Amino acid sequence: MWAVLRTVPDPEIPVLSLLDLGVIREVSVQGRHVVVGITPTYSGCPATAVIKSDVAAALQLAGYVAQVHDVLSPPWSSAWITLEGCEKLRAYGIAPPEFPVGRVAALLEEAVAPACPRCASRQTELLSEFGSTPCKALHRCCACQEPFDRFKCL
Amino acid sequence: MNAVTTPATARELTTYVLRLADTSLVLAQRLSAWIGHGPAIEEDLGCANISLDLLGQARLLYAYAGELEGAGRTEDDFAYLREECDFLNATMAELPNGDFGQTIVRQCLLDLWRLELFEQLTQSTDMRLAQIAAKAVKEIRYHGRYSSGWLVRLGDGTDESHQRVATALVMLWPYVAEWFAEDALEQALAERGVVPSVAAVQAGFEARLAPILRAATLTRPSNVDYRWFGKRAQHSEHLSHLLAELQSLHRAHPGAQW
Repeated sequence: MWAVLRTVPDPEIPVLSLLDLGVIREVSVQGRHVVVGITPTYSGCPATAVIKSDVAAALQLAGYVAQVHDVLSPPWSSAWITLEGCEKLRAYGIAPPEFPVGRVAALLEEAVAPACPRCASRQTELLSEFGSTPCKALHRCCACQEPFDRFKCL
Repeated sequence: MNAVTTPATARELTTYVLRLADTSLVLAQRLSAWIGHGPAIEEDLGCANISLDLLGQARLLYAYAGELEGAGRTEDDFAYLREECDFLNATMAELPNGDFGQTIVRQCLLDLWRLELFEQLTQSTDMRLAQIAAKAVKEIRYHGRYSSGWLVRLGDGTDESHQRVATALVMLWPYVAEWFAEDALEQALAERGVVPSVAAVQAGFEARLAPILRAATLTRPSNVDYRWFGKRAQHSEHLSHLLAELQSLHRAHPGAQW
């Protein structure tokens, strides 16, 4: 069962499995019947519907009768991305969320600069609070000059 | 666990949840009009992403309203098949985008209000509403960072940018009053701990707004007596035009899907 879920990639960031992303919140197995609870990363993330159908399809292919539903609470946090997932993100060129994410910067407060996933320099700057998917922001490394995506801390 | 114990409470809560949902949907629609028209691609992305989060929040709220109502209405029914006189959004959400400065002022005011409101709603005695609020509040906080950051840059920017956001603030401020004009429905729900008291939300909103206006070198306009009441379906002339566009595809092709 877990082996099957480990093979289902995130549709937007395919280096991450759904287990790495921390969106699988509940799994109960009774014989061949599986119930999976999935939490969305962002309320409006269009990938959520794709994730649910991918999970159902992968489980069906493995011979299970799958039922997938939403889990709203507790809300997803970027702290749920596994350490292995963070390493995969870095290798893929996306700065992973920093830990701990518990403390949220005040509205006008400068956030901590993320480390460049290529050269690890902390001399980085924010280009855009919003990026190509709801979960990412766009930064630039002032040391190696490369722009990079960063997983937002949520 | 759940605050809904009587049919009357269910009706009141349905109305309240629709107010929240309609504000999210209408503002999402307004912001999406910036896609392809933003002053820079980053601002295109910013407006589009905030719009998407708001749409997601609206969907969660509409789904809950449908369950509370118990008449089988879906998210799409609420969004596409109601008339202007059925919508209960805060009036400010439906106002035109204007220039980017006006959009930012509108967004910042709404973000700060919704941030305070949803933070307090996480303590609701209605568990589902508290859960939706807990999800949304994380997103709204990020939106508030974006809009308040821009308000400070524009307010404390050039003479031109300062003038534009100062004018927009004076234009938009009268629409803030509606949020803090408590009506019987809000009072009844607040007494049962389902929603926060309007006074508590107002205090939190003012406390968040003051340092941002200071940093933006803007002056808080004085209050006016007139009250808009979008939350009681008394709208400005702008909502019907917005809905005509939002609903046209679904009305021409009922049940259309991608």
